[in-house]
Amino acid sequence: MGCNTSSTRIKNSQTSLRAVLIIQNWFRGYRARLKARQQYALTIFQSIEYADEQDQIQLCNFFTFMLENYKHIRKEEIELSQLTESKLDMMDKQDYVDLIDVPDSYQGPRLQFPLTCADIDLLLEAFKGKQILHARYVLEVLFETKKLLKQMPNFTQIQTSPSKEVTVCGDLHGKLDDLFLIFYKNGLPSGSNPYVFNGDFVDRGRNSMEVLMILCVSFLVYPNDLHLNRGNHEDYMMNLRKNKTYSISYLQIHGKKILQTLEELYTWLPIGTIIDNEILVVHGGISETTDLNLLHRLERNKMKSVLMPPKEINKDYNTDSKHSKLGVTISAHGRIKASGLSSEHLPKHEWEQVIDILWSDPRGKKGCFPNTGRGGGCYFGPDITSKILNKFQLKMIIRSHECKPEGYEICHGGKVVTIFSASNYYEEDSNRGAYVKLCSGTNPRFFQYQVTDATCFQPLHQRVSTMENSAIKILRERMISRKSDLIHAFQHQDRRKSGKLPVSQWAFCMESILGLNLPWRSLSSNLVIIDQNGNVEYMSSFRNIHIEKPIKEANSALVETLYRYRSDLEIIFNAIDTDHSGLISMEEFHAMWKLFSSHYNLHIDNSQVNKIANMMDLNRDGSIDFTEFLKAFYVVHKYETMVKPEATNLAEQHK
Amino acid sequence: MADEKDREETAVAEFHKKIKEAFEVFDHESNNTVDVREIGTIIRSLGCCPSEGELHDLIAELEEEEPTGYIRFEKFLPVMTEILLERRYRPIPEDVLLRAFEVLDTAKRGFLTKDELIKYMTEEGEPFSQEEMEEMLSAAIDPESNSINYKDYISMMVIDEN
Repeated sequence: MGCNTSSTRIKNSQTSLRAVLIIQNWFRGYRARLKARQQYALTIFQSIEYADEQDQIQLCNFFTFMLENYKHIRKEEIELSQLTESKLDMMDKQDYVDLIDVPDSYQGPRLQFPLTCADIDLLLEAFKGKQILHARYVLEVLFETKKLLKQMPNFTQIQTSPSKEVTVCGDLHGKLDDLFLIFYKNGLPSGSNPYVFNGDFVDRGRNSMEVLMILCVSFLVYPNDLHLNRGNHEDYMMNLRKNKTYSISYLQIHGKKILQTLEELYTWLPIGTIIDNEILVVHGGISETTDLNLLHRLERNKMKSVLMPPKEINKDYNTDSKHSKLGVTISAHGRIKASGLSSEHLPKHEWEQVIDILWSDPRGKKGCFPNTGRGGGCYFGPDITSKILNKFQLKMIIRSHECKPEGYEICHGGKVVTIFSASNYYEEDSNRGAYVKLCSGTNPRFFQYQVTDATCFQPLHQRVSTMENSAIKILRERMISRKSDLIHAFQHQDRRKSGKLPVSQWAFCMESILGLNLPWRSLSSNLVIIDQNGNVEYMSSFRNIHIEKPIKEANSALVETLYRYRSDLEIIFNAIDTDHSGLISMEEFHAMWKLFSSHYNLHIDNSQVNKIANMMDLNRDGSIDFTEFLKAFYVVHKYETMVKPEATNLAEQHK
Repeated sequence: MADEKDREETAVAEFHKKIKEAFEVFDHESNNTVDVREIGTIIRSLGCCPSEGELHDLIAELEEEEPTGYIRFEKFLPVMTEILLERRYRPIPEDVLLRAFEVLDTAKRGFLTKDELIKYMTEEGEPFSQEEMEEMLSAAIDPESNSINYKDYISMMVIDEN
């Protein structure tokens, strides 16, 4: 009896042990797959972000082409607008700002110049209460900031001490909540609490203007303790999709002047900071040719934009494999004019030095290579870091520019630190934000945070699902914008016209057409239907998603093309729109479109485009609201149900 | 004969690509290495379910003579290819998982209490870390009854994975 019980007990405990092991094993596998899905989603977000940046930089080539072919159409108009422009330019700050009245009915914050820390508090409270700062104050702040920045050297020097640590923050990208969180955790800027904000304050997040205002006001109050470095997004051409960058509420009145002043302000932002003579803080990174002495000396305000490389006297197109081709200048006020007078722009080698600082990324591989992900700057290896740090007697580089899941990352044996301060950058829960505190003689201390939302309390699998769905959605939008090219590639491989391809061929087509280095095999089940034999039904990706047609008769190829190039078109239109009115004339539109389609070799029926454009000219005054025009092309996602292979209707024919 | 060899070669080539894709996603430095702490995730993302003990052994096999904290792709590829070819560490079928819960549910109630689950998962077998336990609880536990209806839980997870 006794033996029986104990052997039963042992048997039971063995069974229950096996059961526990089974459950643990399964859970760990499940959890790991969740983490992998999370990482896939992040990879998708990042690839698409960089590909988009690259597309923008490629516009450089188009602008060259445009100048050569566009001049004769608009010559008179250019001259006319030049006249009106210059009158406004003549008006200096005082005249202009004094003309703006702040009505008594204005409920928002009223700043008092010269600014004090009371104004910082006032502004923070106001923005927390979702108030808008009046254009007059915006302009005054921008003017004053620009004036003060002009006096700063290219690299500001900071000394720390045990009682005065400096806090370095990375990209904020218009995410106001993250800035609030940083100030809450780490205190407001002051004489004893200095900050460095390492670029990319604006663009992408919803509150670019608010973030900028807080930083500028803080800078005006504590010019020696609040340091602003230029990022690659502090570039007016990168922000020409201005409706996405600055909220419309700030641009409704005096938008033009605000943008003009901003554009100039950006060029006056210092290139970097040097802490305790040993830590270099710059936005992107370095290259093997980085010359700090040169960077100290150059006239930084002549670095207008990454999209405006200087023209060489002797047109030498072959020398730089690293950077985009030479192009045209589009002046700060949107005027297209002949390539830069040398007095207004940096010489080529200096321009390249600044690009490297603002755009480069560190990588594990030794050496220095063109940054093919972004299209500007380079990838620099640990050997490059050592070489440059030794050359200029520095110990460490702190940079930003790349989103990291933990908000920060250390690489190159501790010599390079990436700090990124916009949490949830791609999507809810995609990453933490971080800042680093430095004091000479002690190790850097990192602080992480994440702006919380109700979703953060959801279980892991739901958070991963949200992020994954978001990533897959934008990936599918990318696919639909290249639908014709993709189908062409698929059909080319599908000799037997079966509508199916082996996964490897499908993956090959996807990678070569979309130009995105993604784990296609792992993602395939999210994007396309796969049958029992492991073959992909390649048309299934396009089933529940289509681009909305602005007019019924518009053919699909046209709609797809316009959707695909809408970002580029937005930038081009904004560049032509010299008075920032949001409107261009029908004539300009036609000319622009013709140039664009011929440059990009688009086989598009131009009459159809004109038809759509005419439709957009609602009040028949010969001008088009191009924002409305571009908004007319958007993707519609139908309710997504991936049908299981067994249930596939075999009679369904692919078109 | 030749056909079968061809098919196996194609299968191997496909495995190689799949393994490379999964590896690259975690290769943050783009230098063909991943942090050793992510190896488990990578192997599991490829559909395999080694136990912690088996994973430990695998890592020992993959590490350098002098462990650097990183695993190189050149070492990972052949080992992982063989695992896939031999179909080792197959995942747990749904019904086996359900039976495992039923075994632990000695009173046959259809659920386990939160305390019971914690006790089993953190004290027996290959115990969960605190993080792992919290994650399981956040998804599995019904806050009102403070218990896990394991049948519903399994169904939910299976749907999520598909």
